[in-house]
Amino acid sequence: MPTVSLTVNGKAVTADVDPRTLLVQFLREHLRLTGTHVGCDTSQCGACVVHLDGKAVKSCTTLVLSINGSSVTTIEGLADANGPLHPMQEAFRQNHGLQCGYCTPGMIMAAVDMVNRKGNDLDDHTIRKELDGNLCRCTGYHNIVKSIAAGARAMAGGAGQQAAE
Amino acid sequence: MYNFTFHQPTTLRQAVNLLAKNEDAKLLAGGHSLLPVMKQRLASPAAIIDISRIPELSGVELKGRSVVVGAGTTHSEVANSQVLKDSIPGLAEVPASIGDPHVRHRGTIGGSIANNDPNADYPAAALGLGATIITNKRRIAADDFFQGMFTTALEPNEIITKMQFPIAKKCAYQKFKHPASGFALVGVFVSKRGSDVRVAVTGAGANGVFRVPEFEAALKKRFNAKSLDGLSVSADGMNNDIHAGPEYRAHLVGVLARRAVADANARKD
Amino acid sequence: MSATGIGASVRRKEDQRFITGKGHYTDDISRPGQAHAYFVRSPHAHATVRGIDTAAASAKPGVLAILTGAQLAADKIGNLICGWMIHSKDGSPMNMAPHPALAAGKVNHAGDAVAVVIAETLAQARDASEAVKVDYQVLPAVVDPAKAQAKGAPQIHEGAPNNTIYQWEIGDSAAAEAVFKSAKHVATVDLINNRLVPNALEPRAALAEYDDGADSLTLWNTSQNPHVARLVISAFVGMAPEHKLRVIAPDVGGGFGSKIFIYPEEVVCLWAARKVGRPVKWTADRSEAFLTDCHGRDHVTHAELALDDNGRITGMRVKTIANLGAYMSTFSSAVPTYLYATLLSGQYEIPMIHCAVDAVYTNTVPVDAYRGAGRPEATFVVERLIEVAARQLGLDPAELRRRNFVKTFPYQTVVASLYDAGDYNASMKKAMDIHDVKGFGKRRRVSARSGKLRGLGYSTYIEACGVAPSAVVGSLGAGVGLWESAEVRVNPAGTVEVLTGCHAHGQGHETTFAQLVSERLGIPIEQVSVVHGDTDKVQFGMGTYGSRSGAVGMSAIAKALDKVEAKAKKIAAHLLEAAEADIVFQDGKFTVAGTDKSLAFGEVALGAYVAHKFPTGEIEPGLKEGAFYDPTNFTFPAGCHICEIEIDQDTGRTEIVAWTAVDDFGVVINPMIVEGQVHGGIAQGVGQALLEGAVYDADGQLVSGSFMDYAMPHAENFPSIKVDTTVTKCPSNPLGIKGCGEAGAIAAPAAVINAITDAVGHENVTMPATAQVVWAAVRKAKAVRAAA
Repeated sequence: MPTVSLTVNGKAVTADVDPRTLLVQFLREHLRLTGTHVGCDTSQCGACVVHLDGKAVKSCTTLVLSINGSSVTTIEGLADANGPLHPMQEAFRQNHGLQCGYCTPGMIMAAVDMVNRKGNDLDDHTIRKELDGNLCRCTGYHNIVKSIAAGARAMAGGAGQQAAE
Repeated sequence: MYNFTFHQPTTLRQAVNLLAKNEDAKLLAGGHSLLPVMKQRLASPAAIIDISRIPELSGVELKGRSVVVGAGTTHSEVANSQVLKDSIPGLAEVPASIGDPHVRHRGTIGGSIANNDPNADYPAAALGLGATIITNKRRIAADDFFQGMFTTALEPNEIITKMQFPIAKKCAYQKFKHPASGFALVGVFVSKRGSDVRVAVTGAGANGVFRVPEFEAALKKRFNAKSLDGLSVSADGMNNDIHAGPEYRAHLVGVLARRAVADANARKD
Repeated sequence: MSATGIGASVRRKEDQRFITGKGHYTDDISRPGQAHAYFVRSPHAHATVRGIDTAAASAKPGVLAILTGAQLAADKIGNLICGWMIHSKDGSPMNMAPHPALAAGKVNHAGDAVAVVIAETLAQARDASEAVKVDYQVLPAVVDPAKAQAKGAPQIHEGAPNNTIYQWEIGDSAAAEAVFKSAKHVATVDLINNRLVPNALEPRAALAEYDDGADSLTLWNTSQNPHVARLVISAFVGMAPEHKLRVIAPDVGGGFGSKIFIYPEEVVCLWAARKVGRPVKWTADRSEAFLTDCHGRDHVTHAELALDDNGRITGMRVKTIANLGAYMSTFSSAVPTYLYATLLSGQYEIPMIHCAVDAVYTNTVPVDAYRGAGRPEATFVVERLIEVAARQLGLDPAELRRRNFVKTFPYQTVVASLYDAGDYNASMKKAMDIHDVKGFGKRRRVSARSGKLRGLGYSTYIEACGVAPSAVVGSLGAGVGLWESAEVRVNPAGTVEVLTGCHAHGQGHETTFAQLVSERLGIPIEQVSVVHGDTDKVQFGMGTYGSRSGAVGMSAIAKALDKVEAKAKKIAAHLLEAAEADIVFQDGKFTVAGTDKSLAFGEVALGAYVAHKFPTGEIEPGLKEGAFYDPTNFTFPAGCHICEIEIDQDTGRTEIVAWTAVDDFGVVINPMIVEGQVHGGIAQGVGQALLEGAVYDADGQLVSGSFMDYAMPHAENFPSIKVDTTVTKCPSNPLGIKGCGEAGAIAAPAAVINAITDAVGHENVTMPATAQVVWAAVRKAKAVRAAA
């Protein structure tokens, strides 16, 4: 079996894998990082979004062998293990941006990426448009939009701010 | 997925050799067309040749009166390219409606054009701009390249390396999104470059991307949405699915063409 | 109001694990030695299975077992059941056809499970599944409920002639006929309540493990009601006695009804785990979910409303055909009957209603309760009728509603429901004010200037929630009572565990239930934890659906808290050496009235367990109380939603530009969570109205079988939503709660379609009102106007 080496949440990992292993399977099954979820099989729901070399990608549509040598950040690595929550995580809690929690890791990773690309001052329209790749069945998106706007502002504040990578 | 052997060449030459050596091999760029099909077990390549790490396939470059875009350029790189925004703004705007931000970080323009999905956006842009598709072997005009849904002029062992887009400031893309997939229910790309006017339609035709000569002729006389008044395309040969029937699709072609012309005209030269 | 008590928007306790990726959903759990299941499913909607050849597949790498329906029958594993008996109007019982977990000689919908492959890895199981050879003889299929009873239609089950499950009715058809004969005005609608796929974001999953030492089974399952799952799998399927079967529903990623039911896959995983002696895991992929999760709605309805010259409703009659799919799912029979027709009076005084419902089998996935379950269908009928009637009579639709509102309570409808409290005009008036209905005319003119059509639609809905009163549901055919249980365990150091039979899968029970305890015991919310979803921990419970957990589940907790308080008072009296009658409990302190002698709650808790010098004849040590609560009536949340839309005439695209919801949910425990429930419900209702529709082709293939074809609501489909409340307390439970989980999904479809038809000026707009549908309606309206 071919070997893959990655940096996942700051830690180097190396493993032999079946070539057909998707990044999401590698994270969930090899590394037991089960915060990254699978909600569809057509690359649409966004429950599997992680950051690959600093950019949001769908880990269900990425062969782990394709990204050998890359750096991956998952929801588990967004904030320091013993530190405070990432401002975007905190914003989701404060604004009730989640209900069942299943889409939440992907939403938060997408939201941080959105801020990285679009800045800290995000209006309602921009956020809704940029959420095109993330489905939520519980919240009607209302409080997710609110959470992201607040999280984006908080990320500018510096407190606990860090690049996701 | 069925199992396969995995190769990740770092030069075009290696990729071509691997393609020649491996029977039933598929090229993988961003993977957003191929992997979903493989996951559904609707494709079973024996070998995957991942061309995402070949430096020769990347980059956006101004070359005389055209812009050359590497096949491996991702959708988000196209959208953010200042060269494209300045010289072919209508093309730079196309990827904004492809997939979603995460997909755009991985999906590539070359992959989209090689796949020629009948509902994809880039084929309309390539045909609507009169682009040239450059492979490891030859140059192919867009008019000759797209040959029906999921069918192109590409031969086995041929890899798209670049696309050459003639500069056309007056161009625009209008898309009516499929409410589920986000692909084009109908998409219309229009461009005007000197006396050359092109109208290319994706999503609507059962046989993939096509041009609309009647619209082009009318717009050649006067590049204005009003020139299309009274003109329509036939519903014959239009796609039919649960979201849009042939008649509605044909109607949308006219609506979106008018809107695209208006958008193109709204640009400052 | 305390910062963490009833009425406070307390931030959710459960969020920490979800926002950090530390939740435990079923598929996140792995057991040592776990094997994987992959189901061989019928590609045909209707076929006899002439044979299954597993020889080649069995030889594939990693295969542990391949199991079929024949082996299931040989092992005497029973069929799945529908737990609610409905009788036809002629008195005959419903025709419940056998539903084996793996097909027995015949498949009845595309996706019906024929065999299962158990292998070391999922990929191996799937590889081998393709080598299982099934010999099908394809039969003609029927998918349209309106055609299922037709002469010559394919017959799906023996014992269900004409594919008819039951022919049920409520009301007096002859009396209704008389009302309509003499009616001054009659409004008529023909409606299709479109079939929906629930699509909770977490696909269903099951992980089963057999302990041969203890001869017991454990099932981790995506369930809204693990105890009911255990009961059915034990008592009806006969897998194992209840005390040898533990069902755990860990974190569950949304349900919306679809995870209430007992499904074949969990039964098969349990059976297979025992057979192969290995834990067996199955997780649906989304394509499989589309083919196997119970769908929702799917009614075809003809309805009429009779009115007098003053715009007073004099009668209603409704004829509905309900599609229940290929098999009767767990609660399917109740949805188009007691959860539907009993709400047809809406918010109105209607002196005569007759409703007839035929439930039919088709070669489609079973249909069962989906968010709202029957009540969205009823609301759509009532609110479309009243809107059409108002337009026909030339009356303001709000005015026609106002004239007919029920104004005095309790109000006994003619369709069995007894409305206990409400103020329908108050919620409508508040909604109209917030929405600025007065300014609509101006806004419509502004839209018209840019070539757009603007419309406004109301939905003044009512629902019956807190699905409970055991005596009532029992008399209507339910196989179980629908009370709820709770246990409050006070630990020696004063922390509290609340065990509830409800199950949270997004509703925030770990917070709201703790709020009740915090308020009642005067202890910080951090000292309270809510335990649910495990049959080994919680004694018995009925689960979460039908917006029942607040009204019924929390009432059970309140009852247990009453008992805790009573006993704690006894203990405090003993410790303080005072008379029990003199003990006052307030703000977490037991005080001897009129003195400064007091003990904190924690001190009494410790005292209860130390129990030194207890008069054990009078007081048992410990502080733990349980309660079963059975309410006296359903609850009746109601409200007014107003939807305003704009239509691009050229493309038919509808954009929702404003939405106002004013709901009466009775007493609200946590406004933040309640608002979230309303937002989510509206999104699902809007999804039904504009986007979603499960479509089968004539051969029974699901055309909308993935997110590529089935349009899910995205963030872009919504404006910011305005949510407010009015409050009339519910008199049927001690907390005054009515329930809020389904309101949005119930109210929304009618509001959207009323708005679109208002804009277009044409009543025939079917759901989902896709751009194509609206474009066609705009053209039709123009043609009608041109002809006039």
